[in-house]
Amino acid sequence: MTRSSLSSSFTVTVNGEPQLLDLDNRTTLLDALREHLDLTGAKKGCDHGQCGACTVLLDGRRVNSCLVLAVAAQGRSVTTIEGLGTADRLHPVQQAFIDHDGLQCGYCTPGQICSAVSALDEVDRGWPSAATADVGAEKITLDDSEIRERMSGNLCRCGAYVNILAAINAVAQ
Amino acid sequence: MTSTLDPATTRTPLMGQGINRIDAIAKVTGEARYSGEYPLDGMIYGWVVQAPIAKGRISDIRPATTLSMPGVLAVLDYRNAPRLSDAGDGELLLLQGDRVYYRGEAVAVVLAQSLEQARAGADALDVSYLAESHDVLFRADHPDMYTPELVNPNFPSASNVGDVDAALAAAEVVIDQVYATPAEHNNPMEPHATTAHWDGDTLLVFDSNQGASSVQMSLCRLFDLPRSAVQVKSEHVGGGFGAKGSARPPVVLASMAARLLGRPVRVTLTRQQMFAMVGYRTPTIQQVRLGSDRSGRLQALDHLAYSQTSKILEFAEQTAVLSRMMYATPNLRTAHRLLPLDVPTPRWMRAPGEAPGSFALESAMDELAQACNVDPVELRIRNEPDLEPDSGRPFSSRNLVACLREGARRFGWDDRDRRPAIRQDGRWLMGSGMASSTYPARNAPSTCQVQARSDGTFEVRITASDIGTGARTALTQIAADALQVELDRVELRIGDSDFGPAMIAGGSMGTASWSWAVVKACRDLLGQLDAHSGAVPAGGLLARADTKDDVAAQADVTRHAFGAQFVEVAVDIRTGEVRVPRMIGVFAAGHIVNARTARSQLIGGMIMGLGMALLEESLMDLRFGDYLNHDLAGYHVASNADVRSIEVSWIDEQDDQTNPSGIKGIGEIGIVGTAAAIANAVWHATGRRQRTLPIRPDRVIS
Ligand code: FES
Ligand code: FES
Repeated sequence: MTRSSLSSSFTVTVNGEPQLLDLDNRTTLLDALREHLDLTGAKKGCDHGQCGACTVLLDGRRVNSCLVLAVAAQGRSVTTIEGLGTADRLHPVQQAFIDHDGLQCGYCTPGQICSAVSALDEVDRGWPSAATADVGAEKITLDDSEIRERMSGNLCRCGAYVNILAAINAVAQ
Repeated sequence: MTSTLDPATTRTPLMGQGINRIDAIAKVTGEARYSGEYPLDGMIYGWVVQAPIAKGRISDIRPATTLSMPGVLAVLDYRNAPRLSDAGDGELLLLQGDRVYYRGEAVAVVLAQSLEQARAGADALDVSYLAESHDVLFRADHPDMYTPELVNPNFPSASNVGDVDAALAAAEVVIDQVYATPAEHNNPMEPHATTAHWDGDTLLVFDSNQGASSVQMSLCRLFDLPRSAVQVKSEHVGGGFGAKGSARPPVVLASMAARLLGRPVRVTLTRQQMFAMVGYRTPTIQQVRLGSDRSGRLQALDHLAYSQTSKILEFAEQTAVLSRMMYATPNLRTAHRLLPLDVPTPRWMRAPGEAPGSFALESAMDELAQACNVDPVELRIRNEPDLEPDSGRPFSSRNLVACLREGARRFGWDDRDRRPAIRQDGRWLMGSGMASSTYPARNAPSTCQVQARSDGTFEVRITASDIGTGARTALTQIAADALQVELDRVELRIGDSDFGPAMIAGGSMGTASWSWAVVKACRDLLGQLDAHSGAVPAGGLLARADTKDDVAAQADVTRHAFGAQFVEVAVDIRTGEVRVPRMIGVFAAGHIVNARTARSQLIGGMIMGLGMALLEESLMDLRFGDYLNHDLAGYHVASNADVRSIEVSWIDEQDDQTNPSGIKGIGEIGIVGTAAAIANAVWHATGRRQRTLPIRPDRVIS
């Protein structure tokens, strides 16, 4: 519902809870989460869709939340790292990142984990990637190069890639 | 009162164990808060406005339009900014006058109630400039090139042993080549961010940095405040790699803006702004001359390095310094030249000096091996010195040869056919290469406090910083070992300047330096506990340590970590693309505190080395005088798909002369030698030498 030409109020479901937001139309979904809902798990590494640190799930699919205007998420459902699991109920991917030391500074980590959860789902649905040998095949064989390719939108300057690969492989087993 | 010590228990030392990161749960759940994530009541957002000229002055700032925009509260610029005192870093004297020293320098900060309003206000800010012609092209024959007195951190800029020219003239084999490395940007994933808050004359900042007490010191000097009036907190830091090694503009700008407004202010840099404002690795041009006999025994080594600095701060990278300690030669000369340009000041980037310097030296060694027809591993073993070649001082420990042998064994190097350009697999030419690694293992003074609590637990407070290194975990292990208790009885608190002065996370000196203070304080506390027969009095017990005197009393020996890296490459003969299917690194770095985090850190260094070899390059736009490819789409760092198999291991090394825990730092050594190993492998695959980084496809096929 439009309130003025500069801002809008609308509802977005975040981690299962409907949130009524009244925001400047220029606000990105990432800034809505970080600055207005105090969900700082989604990180801002570039604000331009170039690093993946801001990855969240929008209606179950991964998006760079810095590239989504918050108003465009109106009526939709967002899952952030905080909604994926908590300290006493970790998501299997979160647990695998701990077990395989898939993080160093941790700044890319929430984005990596959200991205990995979604990538595994995409594989389950049979969506091919640039690394898929047979794009017509019904079932994707999840090998190392598939994982690396599908995770290459999430940069990690600390270079945790080897361990991120191991963590995702462990979950996929 | 609780009994704290249980002498009957024989505990396994935690040192060396691959314990999970203590902060892993906080980081995988998004609970860990970084500096730009502390919401303070009434907080205002600051957006930095940057100069669009590389040299000149501001002729006018007309803020009226910006000030009339919704939510904008103020514009901070040189006319209303608080006056700063010189803290010894010209980059921090921000908004103090109308001069512009480089493109991208901060000229104003727009302060508004929301991020969107601050950004829009900054876009609309009307600033006019009087531009002067700028000089930003780095070249070795520039007339302003000069010899600095010292290079970082405080080495003499030149060194000379014997008669290099005569030895080169007499040598049976001579290699004389020029190598070039580009400017590179650190690009930690977390952009620099500061949230600043004044309470009267007391300043509290949440700042993303590698050392809270160093930033505290800078703020004290800039704002003329006593230490007790400034607190810097940096609980979680999203990487640094040198870019956060000292106070950088955001902490100064946020502090000034918060002063002006009397409200908390947060300044977060954009990724693009980081390319001008927080430092980068200097480009280098290096001439290396090696003279040897036919068997490859060095008679002369000459390493001359050129690099750049800005006109507001002399930053002299120690590019050739590693040649002073690496290989035995009776005649050894190193020299540095420096060129001040109208550019932002280069700063530290992971293994400053050693990373670019090793590319030149280790490439030249490969060329010498080729010229002498000696195996490159054997060539290095033949030139292994007993004492540091330049100074004649002993090494506290030196296990380069062990790393070379172990690396060769793990890689399967011995079966290698030395001839270049003979292995083809479809469109791929295959090759392998290697290089040595080294990095100094120094210590710096630090302080620490350890408290025994009456419930039998301990609190360790030290202004350490965990920028992803695992220091928080490693220091907890070290403290638990020193106190002879289990891990869960130790609570380690870091990242708060109130805990006292301490070394930064930099120069591979963090964990080594901090561990010394931790061990010293813990031992003192154990002594106090003994005096209380092992029981903690109701008020607890406190021990403080300062390692200033201990560090000063260290013997005059040379301390270095060593390593050897072996890589396999595949080069696409049609496109020039280089892939690196396999990398192996073997290191000798004293006691490894945590096998898990150490492995991750060493791999991370090698991955950054892979980026340095193949991808990373900041291109100077000569017309505008700024780095052109200033975002992560234009500046390429290694992504997941660039990285294939990487294995690291280390050899047991006992070194009693580093610090009480026998630690040598490992933050930097992983990147040293990687680029040379890859370049050497590309030669082995293609027969073409790559003397300029990065090894771009066009350079491979040209
Ligand atoms: S912050 Fe969104 S992709 Fe980098
Ligand atoms: S863990 Fe530091 S950027 Fe990925």
